[in-house]
Amino acid sequence: MIDSFVVITLIKVLVVFAVLMTTLAYLQWVERKVIAHIQVRPGPYRVGPHGLLQPLADVIKLITKEDLVPPYVNKPLYLAAPFLAITMALLSISVIPFGPEIKVAGYSTLMQLTDLNIGVVFVLAVSSMGVYGIALAGWASNNKYSLLGGLRSSAQMISYELPLSLAIAAPLLISNTLSLRTLVEKQAGGILQWNVLHGPFPQIFSFVIFLIAAFAETNRVPFDLPEAENELVAGFHTEYSSMKFASFFMAEYANMITVSCMATLLFLGGWMAPWPAAYGSSFVPPAIFAIAGLIALYHGVNYSRKRDKYTLPAFGVIFLIVAGILLLPVVQAWLLPLFWFCAKTGAILFGFMWIRGTLPRFRYDQLMGFTWKFLFPVAMLNLLVTGFLVAWFS
Amino acid sequence: MRVIVNDMPNGYIPIFIFLALAISFPVVAIVAAKLIRPSAPSLTKLEAYECGIKAASDSRGRYTVRFYIVAILFVIFDVETIFLFPWAVRYRALGWFGVSEIAVFLGILIVGYIWAYKKGALEWV
Repeated sequence: MIDSFVVITLIKVLVVFAVLMTTLAYLQWVERKVIAHIQVRPGPYRVGPHGLLQPLADVIKLITKEDLVPPYVNKPLYLAAPFLAITMALLSISVIPFGPEIKVAGYSTLMQLTDLNIGVVFVLAVSSMGVYGIALAGWASNNKYSLLGGLRSSAQMISYELPLSLAIAAPLLISNTLSLRTLVEKQAGGILQWNVLHGPFPQIFSFVIFLIAAFAETNRVPFDLPEAENELVAGFHTEYSSMKFASFFMAEYANMITVSCMATLLFLGGWMAPWPAAYGSSFVPPAIFAIAGLIALYHGVNYSRKRDKYTLPAFGVIFLIVAGILLLPVVQAWLLPLFWFCAKTGAILFGFMWIRGTLPRFRYDQLMGFTWKFLFPVAMLNLLVTGFLVAWFS
Repeated sequence: MRVIVNDMPNGYIPIFIFLALAISFPVVAIVAAKLIRPSAPSLTKLEAYECGIKAASDSRGRYTVRFYIVAILFVIFDVETIFLFPWAVRYRALGWFGVSEIAVFLGILIVGYIWAYKKGALEWV
């Protein structure tokens, strides 16, 4: 009994870790592509078809870069900071549920590493630890730019944590649980049961507050003042190079993935389909892949660049095969929830990139004024109204 | 066979396995990088990065007291939000008692917030 538990856990840990690492690498490729297309240029295009091997090239470049440890830094903290940032960023994925309970070869297991009964608090606690990585990096570098970046970042992250926690507490009033799995299971049965639209008080305000605070927590545009390259060079990681720099970079993307997953779980119904399978929601994922495959095939036949002649039909065939697999009833039980989860998380991640390609950066006084004078009171009011209405209707 | 472990210690085992992996990954990556990368430090490379100008002073100087005020305010209100989580979980069970209790609790904090606002603690200039 305990043996199978350990084996299954090890398999799950390895699978989640491998998938997370691949996603981190390719998220950065996707982001560069999206921003490039927003700015009307092709983006990464040279390394592999459509730049698909670009992440690999980046890893090789970063590993073979010279790694300077300046003599004036506070060495133990300087070395510890990137570890802290990346470890804490990766760790919070371990309580995120990706799908329901599944049965593989007679064993039934959760599509999740572990279902903690305090999952929400765990994610909050671990992601708050990430601020140490940045604050210590800024201080230990003993560089004025780094110090300013680290200070700004710490103040910004702790300030935006207040509306973030308040925005998380509001849907919890409706769901009454801290386990992320139970949270999703209570949102079963279509889009109207999701916390973002579910009565007595739809959590649409909490959702928006959560997203704004999440942008600030992950130091993303328009809240990327810690790095503000035109005033602070690179902010807290000015003095970092090679893999240490890459650690901060990966931590930022891992945090993005975590907050997107949290938004999906808390507000968008996790892996639940937008409407019940009885009304044909299980045909949407294969249809999406089939349409994508047909579009790729069409553009492969009527190619505009010579290399598209081979790459686009290949993608088209792959998409059609995926669509076929999604139609098989054997795998539908666990592939469809996974699809919905990834689709919702991916949509939020796309929002991150879209906003990065669209909005300019805040000024620092505006940034702090916005959270303390607007976002925090609004989040508090939203919580009180939610609490009152939930009590009134129950 | 159902292999779901929900009780306290076992639920944390996967987290510790994952933690070990998450710690070893950057260690392996940095050690691997150390083996293959070049290393040729020079005096110029090792200077503090200040856009080519020689650093005038150490960076362990003074900075604005605003950051300190933000930290103080954060401690007060973050402890408040942590108290809200157990309340939210038991909310329906508590009924109107829970509503009135949190109204008093948040009321005191809102008075404090308004006071801090009037004092100008939230201004950033």
